[in-house]
Amino acid sequence: MRRYLEIYSIMFRNSLVREMNFKVNFILWLFVELLWFAGQMIFIEVLFQYVDKIGDWSKWEVVLLVGTHQITGQIFQAFFYMNIANLSELVRTGKLDLMLVLPVDAQFAVSTRQFGFDNAVNAIVGVAIVVFSLFKLGVMPGVTQVFLYLVAIAIGVAIHYSVMFFLATMSFWIVRAQGLIYGYYNLFNIARYPDTIFRGIFKVIFSWLIPVIIVANVPSRILMRSFEKPGALMFQLVASGLFVVIATRLFWGFALKRYSSASS
Amino acid sequence: MVWLGFFGKYFKVFDIGLQNTFVYRWNFLLRSLFGFVPLVGTVFIWRAMFDARGSGIGGYNYSSMIYYFLLTMLASNLVTPTEDEWQIAADIRDGQINSFLTKPLNYLGYRLMLFLSYRVLYTVVTIIPVVIAFAWFRKIIVLPSHWETWPVAVVSLAMSAGIQFFIAYALAMLAFWILEISTVVFILYSFEYFLSGQLFPIDIMPAGLQTVLHWLPFTYELYFPVAVFLEKVRGQDLWFGLGIQVIWLLVTLEIACQMWRRGVCRYQAVGG
Repeated sequence: MRRYLEIYSIMFRNSLVREMNFKVNFILWLFVELLWFAGQMIFIEVLFQYVDKIGDWSKWEVVLLVGTHQITGQIFQAFFYMNIANLSELVRTGKLDLMLVLPVDAQFAVSTRQFGFDNAVNAIVGVAIVVFSLFKLGVMPGVTQVFLYLVAIAIGVAIHYSVMFFLATMSFWIVRAQGLIYGYYNLFNIARYPDTIFRGIFKVIFSWLIPVIIVANVPSRILMRSFEKPGALMFQLVASGLFVVIATRLFWGFALKRYSSASS
Repeated sequence: MVWLGFFGKYFKVFDIGLQNTFVYRWNFLLRSLFGFVPLVGTVFIWRAMFDARGSGIGGYNYSSMIYYFLLTMLASNLVTPTEDEWQIAADIRDGQINSFLTKPLNYLGYRLMLFLSYRVLYTVVTIIPVVIAFAWFRKIIVLPSHWETWPVAVVSLAMSAGIQFFIAYALAMLAFWILEISTVVFILYSFEYFLSGQLFPIDIMPAGLQTVLHWLPFTYELYFPVAVFLEKVRGQDLWFGLGIQVIWLLVTLEIACQMWRRGVCRYQAVGG
């Protein structure tokens, strides 16, 4: 375990050095991501011009939801996005082999090379929005709620990671992987909607199999609604989270085995 | 028959483009299939919105809103550049531009033909999911009541393709100056996504904002041809809107050409 932490701190420091060399890039990406976030806020404003509630969600509850979605998404992107997006290149150029001889787990090595500092800043913006929404709602969550909120976000990050990594693993078979990255964004596009709007088979698939709907909804509900029982919500999050994490790990193992036997 | 010879080489480019883009077929298909998830999300959110509202929103009801998004999806497939900016930037970075500076083939014309071939292939590859979507929602399909609407909408759509392409081309020209154009491209994508009618119809935005957008190019990149087809824009407004669209088409074309000229100047000054 300590070895992993040591290796990670080296990679982190390298990331910081690299990032400081590309300050303009950092600021521009920050600007891009802030624009997206602002756009989402405008979308909510436009919608709530016409209604007071969507399902049983009021405007500031939806803002808190989008803020939570932002926090989870940006934390995930900070730690993992660049690296997973790069996987198809590693496979295509054969550089993956270098990763495989490292004294750490290949999935870890592939996933953690770079850290996105602009995403870290955006996650903080998300936190600010969530706090502001709580203020607007006049809600003061208890300690347990905040704790469960943080745990739920951590599980949410794991789900983001697993879904994108699963898609990226397909690049062992499909060479040009931009479509797969696009897939990640499209799947999580619906994560910022209140779960009450979804019905039928779509709801089942995207709440349990590819559980994008619950990633932001569960922590938001737990944080701002003390009357809702967190047990069932957390159970769903943990169960579906475990499912995707394990499925991704198995798929990765399978892909790696085929890759190793092909190039040897 | 001299003119045929002149245009002939561009048709050849179109043909080659079609063949080459076959490599991208998986990319195109994945992009189209995954594109259904947000569409379903859109359907659900507007269902919930209309349930909560109990009446119309900005002149739309549930059916016409869903129809709007289906048309926008189809139009977007037809006119939005997907690979062009990145390829142009790669051409510049890798020095492929050199061959165009000597050959009698205009780079803009060449890229335009490739763009058209990509669009044709993209539409063909993604036609089945689109047809399924329209078939699923066939009850909400409303065809224009005037036959003239069809050709006008098609012309407007063609102009939208032009505007989107010239903007993408002009942005890609930045590769003559900066190493990584992705940030600038994504900034533009953000503006286009929110202001071209992909996220919600422009006419449900506050009136003041609509007036401003009326003059910017974004609405004419996607929203305007769809609005024309839905016959939301009629009479004087229609001609005025088409006029603004033509102006933006010419402006973006001019910017694209200027960027090329300056870029090549710099390229040759730096030593090619």
